[in-house]
Amino acid sequence: MKKTTIQAKKETSKIDEEKRDFLFVTTAGLAIAGGAATAISLINTMNPAKDVLALSTTEVDLSPVEEGQSLTVMWRGKPIFIRHRSQEEIDSASNVSIENLKHKATDDSRVENPKWLVVVGVCTHLGCVPLGQKIGDSKGEFGGWFCPCHGSHYDTSGRIRKGPAPLNLEIPPYKFVSDDIIKIG
Amino acid sequence: MSKDTEKKGITSWIDERLPVFTFINHNLRDYPTPKNLNYFWNFGSLAGVTLVIMIITGILLAMQYTADTDLAFDSVERIMRDVNNGWLLRYIHMNGASMFFIIVYIHIFRGLYYGSYKYPREILWMLGVVILLLMMATAFMGYVLPWGQMSFWGATVITNLFSAFPVVGDYIVTFLWGGFSVDNPTLTRFFVLHYLLPFAIVGVVALHLVALHQFGSNNPTGIDVKSDGDTIPFHPYYTVKDYFGLGVYLIIFAALVFFAPNFLGHPDNYIPANPLQTPAHIVPEWYFLPFYAILRAVPDKLMGVLLMFAAVAVLFLLPWLDKHRVRSAQFRPYYKQFYWLFFVDCMILGWVGAMPAEGIYVTISRAASIYYFAFFLVIMPILSRYEKIGELPSSISSAVLSDKFDKGTESYAK
Repeated sequence: MKKTTIQAKKETSKIDEEKRDFLFVTTAGLAIAGGAATAISLINTMNPAKDVLALSTTEVDLSPVEEGQSLTVMWRGKPIFIRHRSQEEIDSASNVSIENLKHKATDDSRVENPKWLVVVGVCTHLGCVPLGQKIGDSKGEFGGWFCPCHGSHYDTSGRIRKGPAPLNLEIPPYKFVSDDIIKIG
Repeated sequence: MSKDTEKKGITSWIDERLPVFTFINHNLRDYPTPKNLNYFWNFGSLAGVTLVIMIITGILLAMQYTADTDLAFDSVERIMRDVNNGWLLRYIHMNGASMFFIIVYIHIFRGLYYGSYKYPREILWMLGVVILLLMMATAFMGYVLPWGQMSFWGATVITNLFSAFPVVGDYIVTFLWGGFSVDNPTLTRFFVLHYLLPFAIVGVVALHLVALHQFGSNNPTGIDVKSDGDTIPFHPYYTVKDYFGLGVYLIIFAALVFFAPNFLGHPDNYIPANPLQTPAHIVPEWYFLPFYAILRAVPDKLMGVLLMFAAVAVLFLLPWLDKHRVRSAQFRPYYKQFYWLFFVDCMILGWVGAMPAEGIYVTISRAASIYYFAFFLVIMPILSRYEKIGELPSSISSAVLSDKFDKGTESYAK
C-alpha cells in the first residue's frame, strides 16, 4: 500500500465520521434525484408529441357508403374498416353460436348500429392488414376478412373464426355524432 | 495480482478474464495525481461530461429532426412546440455547444499557461488540437441544421473559404456542396457528419486520456512528480474536486438554458433560410469570432483563409516553438506577461470579429492578428533562448509547503 494512502487513513480518523456520512448520503441522494429527473425529462421526449396526439380523433361521413360497400379510413396511423352490412351479413354474424367462437363475443356487443361495423383493420396475429375491403379481395371462408400473411379468417362481425390470430378485430372507440357521421377516437 | 485473486466473488472472476475493475482502479482510483492541482484542472473532466451531454441530447434530437431543406426548419420548430420537453432538449444542445467551447478554451489556455504541451506531453497536446478541430467542424455543421438564415449563409461563407485555393478551389467547393450551391445534398451530408464526428471525438478523447495517463497530469508548478509524497490518489481527492466543479458548472449551464437560452445565438436564425437574401450583418457563432477576425483582417482572399487555418494549425507546433525548459509561467516572468497579453489579444480578436469589417475595426483586427502570430512564432522562440529564470522549488511538496513560494501559490489558490 502506498504511503499516501496510509497518511490519508490517519487523517480520516480525526474527522467527524457522522458528518461525513451525512454529507455523503445527501450528496449522493441529490445527485440520484437530479439525474433521475433529467433522465425522465429526456426520455419523455420519445413519447408521442403533441402533434401526434392531436391526430387521435377522426370524423367520418358515412352517407356515401351504400349497403354492401366498405370504407377504409386512417386513425392514429392505422386503417379502420367500416362496412355497411347487408341484412344477410348481419344475420350471418348474429346467428353464430357463441360457444363455437375462439374469442367469444356477440355481434350485438360489437356494433353501435347493426348496419355499421367499425373495426381496426389490423390482424390480431402479427399486425398485417387483412384483405376484404376492395372488390375482388378474398373475404375468407366467413365472408368477412382474410389475412394473407398467416391465413386468419374473420367473419362479418370481424371475429376470428379460423387461423392463428388469437382475438377478434379490435373495435376502436367511436360514437355516432349524427345519423351519418361517426367520430372515431 | 495475488491481492486480486484473494478477493472473492463475481467481480474478481470477471476481472481475471477482463480486467475492467483493475483498469478503473488504476485510472480513476489509485491513479497518483499531483497534490497541488488547482481548479483549472477541472476543465478536462468538464469537457468530457459536456461531450456526453451533447451526444445524449444530440441522439434524442436526431430522432425528431428531418434533414431536408423543405422540412428542416419546421421540424426544429416542431421540436420546440410539440415534442415533450423538446425545447429543453434543443436548448441544452444549443447552449451545450457554447459551454463546450468555453470549457475547452479555458482548458487550452490552462495548458498554455502551465506549459502542459511540453516534453513529454507533446502528443497529448496535439491530440487535444485534433479534438478542437473536430469540435469546430462538428459545431459548424450543427449550426447549419436548423436551416435558418444564419445556418444557410454561414454554410455558404464557410464552404466558400475553400474557393480561395487556386485551380482546385471551385472543384472543392462544388464537391463540398454536392451541387452548385448550398442545398439539400449539403444539408443531408452535414447532418450525417454532424452525427458521426462526435463519435470520432470520443475516439480521440480516449487516445488523449491514454497519452495523459502515460505521464500523469502536469501541475501548477510544472515540476515533475519526484516521489510518492508529491501525489495523492485520484479517488477520493480529485473525484470529489471534479464533482464539486461539475456542480458549479451545471448551475451556470442550467442558468443559461433556463433564463437566457438565446443569449449566445443570433435572432436571424429564426428566419427560414432564403437563398435570395443575405442578412445585413452576418457573423459566425461567438466561438469562431477570433478566427473570423483573422480571416477578415487580411486584404487578400487566399492569405486570409490560410492565416485563419494557420491560427489553429500553429498550436500543433507549440511544443517545438516554446523549448524553454521551465514549464509553468509561474516561474517565467516575461512569458507570463506575454501570455496575458496574448489572452487579451484573443479577447480583442473575438470582439472585432463581431464588429463590422470597416474603419477602426480593420486596423485593430490587423494589429491583434499580428500579435497572435508573433506570440507563437517570434516571442516564444526568443524567450525559449533568452528568458532567465530564478531558482525553482526542488519538488511539488516543497513548493506547496515552503513560505518561499507562498507568493506563487497564492495566485491560483483562490
